[in-house]
Amino acid sequence: MSSSTPAVEVSDLVKRYPKSPVNAVDGIEFAVSPGEVFGLLGPNGAGKTTTVGMLTTRVKPTSGEALVGGIDVGADPVRARSMLAVVPQRSNLDRSLSIRRNLTFHAAYHGVPAAEANARADELLEQFGLRDRGNVKPDLFSGGQAQRVMIARALMHQPQVLFLDEPTTGLDPAARLFVWDRLRELRERGVTLFLTTHDMHEAGLLADRVGIMDHGKLLALDTPEALMRGLPGSSTLELSVHARGNGHSPESLVGAFESLEGVERVEPLPSDATEPDDPQWHVRLYVSGEASQLVAPTATLLADRGLSLSGVELGEPTLEDVFIHLTGRTLR
Amino acid sequence: MTTAAATATVTAPSISQRRAFTAVLRRDLLVTWTELPVFLAQVILQPLFLLFVFGKVLSSLGYTQNGYSDLLFPGLLALTAVITGMQTLAFPLVIEFGWTKEIEDRLLAPMSTALVAGEKVLFATLRALTATTVMIPVGILVLGSIPWRWSGVPLLVLAMVLGSMLGAGLGLVLGTAVVPQRINIVFSLVFTPLLFTGCSQYPWPSLSRLPWFKVVTACNPMTYVSESMRAALVPEVPHIAPWICIPVLLGSISALLAIGVRGFYRRAID
Repeated sequence: MSSSTPAVEVSDLVKRYPKSPVNAVDGIEFAVSPGEVFGLLGPNGAGKTTTVGMLTTRVKPTSGEALVGGIDVGADPVRARSMLAVVPQRSNLDRSLSIRRNLTFHAAYHGVPAAEANARADELLEQFGLRDRGNVKPDLFSGGQAQRVMIARALMHQPQVLFLDEPTTGLDPAARLFVWDRLRELRERGVTLFLTTHDMHEAGLLADRVGIMDHGKLLALDTPEALMRGLPGSSTLELSVHARGNGHSPESLVGAFESLEGVERVEPLPSDATEPDDPQWHVRLYVSGEASQLVAPTATLLADRGLSLSGVELGEPTLEDVFIHLTGRTLR
Repeated sequence: MTTAAATATVTAPSISQRRAFTAVLRRDLLVTWTELPVFLAQVILQPLFLLFVFGKVLSSLGYTQNGYSDLLFPGLLALTAVITGMQTLAFPLVIEFGWTKEIEDRLLAPMSTALVAGEKVLFATLRALTATTVMIPVGILVLGSIPWRWSGVPLLVLAMVLGSMLGAGLGLVLGTAVVPQRINIVFSLVFTPLLFTGCSQYPWPSLSRLPWFKVVTACNPMTYVSESMRAALVPEVPHIAPWICIPVLLGSISALLAIGVRGFYRRAID
């Protein structure tokens, strides 16, 4: 495979399950470059798992094409399987084998010679903090430990693409940080990572590019920064203003704020009744571009009307906002 | 593309598939080896007790005729082969597909899905053959002597192999058709009738006085394993001729494997 071949390439991919009136995956198209960390984001039932199922040879595409490491997964699943590895959400470790044998047998299934497999198992057990647990069977492992073993196992045959399904869902915070650190290490070593998640934070933190999926369609695909930048009026500027009874109200100023450049929308917020001696009112401006650049113009606008600013709060958009903007609903 | 390159692309997967297949088989054999006492207890206990009660106790008390243990023993070999093959495959498969998902790592190995199923069948056949072979010394210990004809050994071995494969085929069909929630009810509904309608405790031609039961037992493919065993070890007892038994068994095994492999694909790939 040449270095220019995409690690994953999907064109016009469709999956319709028997007896289902709609397509679970409805004609999606994208490519993932070697060494890239790609995050597929979407709510449950969006088609993420089906997409990964097709890429990992466990779901047969209804139509379209999916290539992993340049191999057509539908036409040659056997060869495609040696290109990829899967870390599922729930443990599927072999309970009859020790942790170490889970790794070495996985390597043997993939034709890795025994000596090489043993050396690699030692190295990975060390890296994943499992050196002392090699002879233990996985029954007694916590979710976080099982997750670590499964990532180590997946790396035993040095796959070109590592698929991770909700890699940290259900893990405690420490285990989550550990997994994130290991995934960053893998990214630095140039392993292509393909993650599905409904955790916006995780996607923003790990992924070079994020695809947002809903109802089987890919709604947007870009770097997290570009997705958030492209969001109209998603940065916010929240102003607190001393209300001195000079006739102005938040409602009467909406038009004035909207005439400022970069302001997309103005939303008066409920007044603050906690300090009757110094009444304040609040207003939120939705802006495109950098919210901080609007601090000075709004202060001037208020000063011209004999009002003074008592507080400013800047809000940056998140991937959650991108998702809500695209689908009209929250992720969970 | 040159001829050499074309050959390489055709042969490379088959090498990887053979390696994957032997590695998966090695995994199953290793697990069996480390759990050997459990395995032996599991497969020997039931036929051992049947042999002891029906072959030894009842005949010592005079409730069975002399010679009953001679026709019971071949039947129990058949029973051991079929039941062990079935149990080895069906129970773990239901659990692996429905609950632990352990099988996923093997389904993602670079080998065709049919080969993953094939490995299961081969392994179950080997385990059933081992269990049936162990029953021979167990029979000598319990009964004092067993019916034996050296000239019948080739047919005996063939019947053992076919019986084990039949059990594996049944196990593959059941293991892929049953969901974990139903495992108890389905197995008791299948297991007990199979156990008692397979002519392991009585020769089939002797059922003429119970014609309806004769029909029922003729529908159980295990009957043909039992009858082949009798043809091999106690040919003087009336039995169904091997030239009928063997083709029926080959047909049953082929049909079960075809259904089972299709079921396996259905469970493995959406």
